[in-house]
Amino acid sequence: MNTIVITIIALCAIGIISAIILYFVAQKFKVEEDPRIDIVEGLLPGANCGGCGYPGCRGLAEAAVKADSLDNILCPVGGAESMKKIAAALGREVVEQAPKIAVVKCNGSCENRPRLNRYDGARSCAIEHSLYIGDTACAYGCLGCGDCVAACPFDAIHMSPATGLPEVSDEKCVACGACVKACPRNIIELRNKGPKDRRVFVSCVNKDKGAVARKACKVACIGCMKCAKECPFEAITVENNLAYIDYNKCRLCRKCVTVCPTGAIHEVNFPPRKVNPETPKTTVTANAKPAPVSQPVSSVPGNSETGEKKETV
Amino acid sequence: MLKTFKIGGIHPPENKLTSGGKIQKLPVPEQVIIPLGQHIGAPASPVVKKGDAVKAGQLIGQATGFVSANVHSSVSGTVTAVESRPDAAGLLKPCIVIQVEGDEWVPEVDLSEKIERHTDLPKEEIIKAISAAGIVGMGGATFPTQVKLSPPPGSKAEILIINGVECEPYLTADHRIMLERGEEILIGVQLLMKAIEVKKAVIGIENNKRDAIEHLQSLAAGMNGIEICPLKVKYPQGGEKQLIQAITKRAVPSGALPIAVGAVVQNVGTALAVYEAVLKRKPLVERVVTVTGKSVKNPGNFLCRIGTPIAEVIKAAGGPPEDTAKVIGGGPMMGRAIFNIDSPLMKGSSGILLLNEKEGERKPCKNCIRCTKCVSVCPMGLEPYLLMKLSQYNLLERMEEEKVMDCIECGSCSFTCPADRPLLDYIRLGKARTGMMIRNRKK
Repeated sequence: MNTIVITIIALCAIGIISAIILYFVAQKFKVEEDPRIDIVEGLLPGANCGGCGYPGCRGLAEAAVKADSLDNILCPVGGAESMKKIAAALGREVVEQAPKIAVVKCNGSCENRPRLNRYDGARSCAIEHSLYIGDTACAYGCLGCGDCVAACPFDAIHMSPATGLPEVSDEKCVACGACVKACPRNIIELRNKGPKDRRVFVSCVNKDKGAVARKACKVACIGCMKCAKECPFEAITVENNLAYIDYNKCRLCRKCVTVCPTGAIHEVNFPPRKVNPETPKTTVTANAKPAPVSQPVSSVPGNSETGEKKETV
Repeated sequence: MLKTFKIGGIHPPENKLTSGGKIQKLPVPEQVIIPLGQHIGAPASPVVKKGDAVKAGQLIGQATGFVSANVHSSVSGTVTAVESRPDAAGLLKPCIVIQVEGDEWVPEVDLSEKIERHTDLPKEEIIKAISAAGIVGMGGATFPTQVKLSPPPGSKAEILIINGVECEPYLTADHRIMLERGEEILIGVQLLMKAIEVKKAVIGIENNKRDAIEHLQSLAAGMNGIEICPLKVKYPQGGEKQLIQAITKRAVPSGALPIAVGAVVQNVGTALAVYEAVLKRKPLVERVVTVTGKSVKNPGNFLCRIGTPIAEVIKAAGGPPEDTAKVIGGGPMMGRAIFNIDSPLMKGSSGILLLNEKEGERKPCKNCIRCTKCVSVCPMGLEPYLLMKLSQYNLLERMEEEKVMDCIECGSCSFTCPADRPLLDYIRLGKARTGMMIRNRKK
C-alpha cells in the first residue's frame, strides 16, 4: 500500500517539476509570430497547391503580411475574392487581377497528326520526352501520357478520349500552374480567362519551319505571318516560325482566326458566326448559349459541339 | 575461380547468334549522313560546305573545345547538304550529307593489309594522332579517347584495362574483331600503354568467348605486360566500374573517375581504332556493327562506313523480317529503340537488333511487392524501387542522397522486376534531373 502511495507522489512530483521546467523553457524560446499570419492563413483556401509561387498557403500568408503591397501576390485558387478579404484584414488595398486559365496549345489529335510509332515505355511524358521525338513527327507537341492530369490538384484537366489531348475545365481550373510546370514540352500556358470566358490563342508550339511542321501535323502553325499582318492591334508576333498572341493586347476581333491557313488559331466560347459561304474553312463551333457556362471539356454525348474549333482546311 | 564484380548482376539469355560468322564488308552506300555530334561533348563544327568534293578520310568536322572529337568523311563524293537531319530518336541534329562517287581515300591513309609493328613512338605523338583521328570510346559511351588518355594533374594511371567483355546479349562485334584483328588490337593496346605510360595492361574477356581468349593469349605470349583475364559470364561485367573491380579488386569511389584507383579503361574496338589511326593514319570512319535478331535472315557482323543509313545495314542482313516490331540500336539491355531507320550509323553504334512483337513487348506495370530483387541485382548497390518512387515524386535532393548519380543505367533492375515496373525509365529521368540540379548548384 505504502509503495503505491510513494509511487503516486513521486510521479506527481516529477510531473509538476517537468511542467515548471517546460513552462520556463517555452517562455524563453518563444517564437514571436505576427498573429495576422494566422488570420490571413485562415482566409486562404488551404489547398497548399503552391500555385501562388510560395510554399503553401502559410508561405503566402507570411509574404502577404510582410510585403508592403499586395500587388504581386495572388492566390489563384481563392482569386480576387480571397485577396479582397486578405486586404481588408490587413488594412490594405488590392488591385484586382484578371483571372487566368490554363490553355493547352496543341491540337495534334490522331486525325491532325498521324501516329508513326507506338510508345510502350513508362507512361510519363517526361520520360517519353527524354527518350525521343514521340509517337508523331512533331518534336514539340503533346505526348499524351497525362503528366499534366497527374499534376493537377483540382481535377481540372483531363485527357479527352476523342482527341488524346488534355482538356481544361473552365470552372475547375484556378490557374495554379501545376500543369504548366509538369509539361515537359511547355505546351500549357496561363492566359487571361477573357470576358465571358472568350479567348483567342494559337494552339500550336511547333518551332520547325513551315513545311516540316505542316508535314508532321495538319493544324500546325507554319509561321506564315498572315495573322500578324491581319491583326489591327499588333498583338501577334511571329518568332521561330511560331505565332504568339499577346493576351493583354488582343481585343478578340477574331480576324486572325479567319485568316489562318491551317486553323492553328483557336477561338473559344464565342457565339456562332454568321454563316459565310466564302470562308467555309473556319467552321466555328461554340456553345449554343452565349457562354454563361462554358463547357469546352464536355464529353457528354449529344453535346458534340465543343468550344474549340476542330474543322481544318 | 573466375574473376567477377562483387555485388549484384544478372544472367540474361546470351543469344549470341552471330559469333560464328566472319565480319563482312558492307558495300559503300549511295549516300551517307554524317552527324557532327557523334560523341559526348560539344558537336564538331563543319569545315566543308555544300558542293565541296571530299575524299574518304578527309576532315569534315573540327572538334570544338576540350571534350569534343573530329569528324571525318567516310566516303568520297560531293557534299550535298550541311543541315539538320533527324537522328535515331527523330530529333534534328546537325549533319553533313555526302553523295558518294567512287571510293577514293586521302593519300596519307595506308589501306594495305600489312601489319605495322613499330610502336616505339613518343607519348605526345600517339595522343595527337588519336585526337586528330576523332577516336571515341567504341563501346557505346563515345567519350573522346584523347580526354581519357590525358589524366587530370595529380593522378597517375597504373594499369590499362581493355574491355573485351561484351556482356550485352546478342552483340558479337567485339568478339569477332578480337578473333579476326587480334594482332592489331594488341599493337593498339601497346600504343595505349605508351600513351598513358603504364607497364601493365589487362584485357578482360567474358568466359563465353573461349576462342577469343585463347587466340589473344597465344598472340600476347610474346608481348611484355599484356595479360588476358577471363571473367565470369555475368551482366554487367563490361560496366567500367564493374570491370575495374573484377580485375583489380579496387572499388571506384562514388562520384569518382576510374583514374582515382589508377585505372584507365578502353574498349577493344577503341584499341583497334588507335592502331589504325596511329600506324595506318586512318581516321575513325568505319566500325563493325552486329545486325541480329531471331528472325533476321542473315544475321552477322558488318564492317560499315560511319554515316551509312541503318536501313541499308538491315538490308545487308536480309532485310527487316515481317514480324519486326522494334529496332534497337545497341544491345537489348542498354540499347534504345530506333524511331527512324533512315538515320545513320554512328561511331558508337555497336549493334542493330530486330525484335518481334513478343520479344519487344513491355508488359504492363504492376504494383511493387517489395521483394527487393532489384536491390539484390543492382551492381552499384542502390535501391531501384526507392529511386523510382523518389523520381515519381521529383524528390531530387533525396535522390542525390540515395546516390542516384552512381547508377550506370544497366537495366538489371527492370530486367529482374517480377512486377514489370519500368524502374530504369524513372531512375534515368530522376538521374538526369538530379544531375541538372547539381550542375545548377555549382554555377
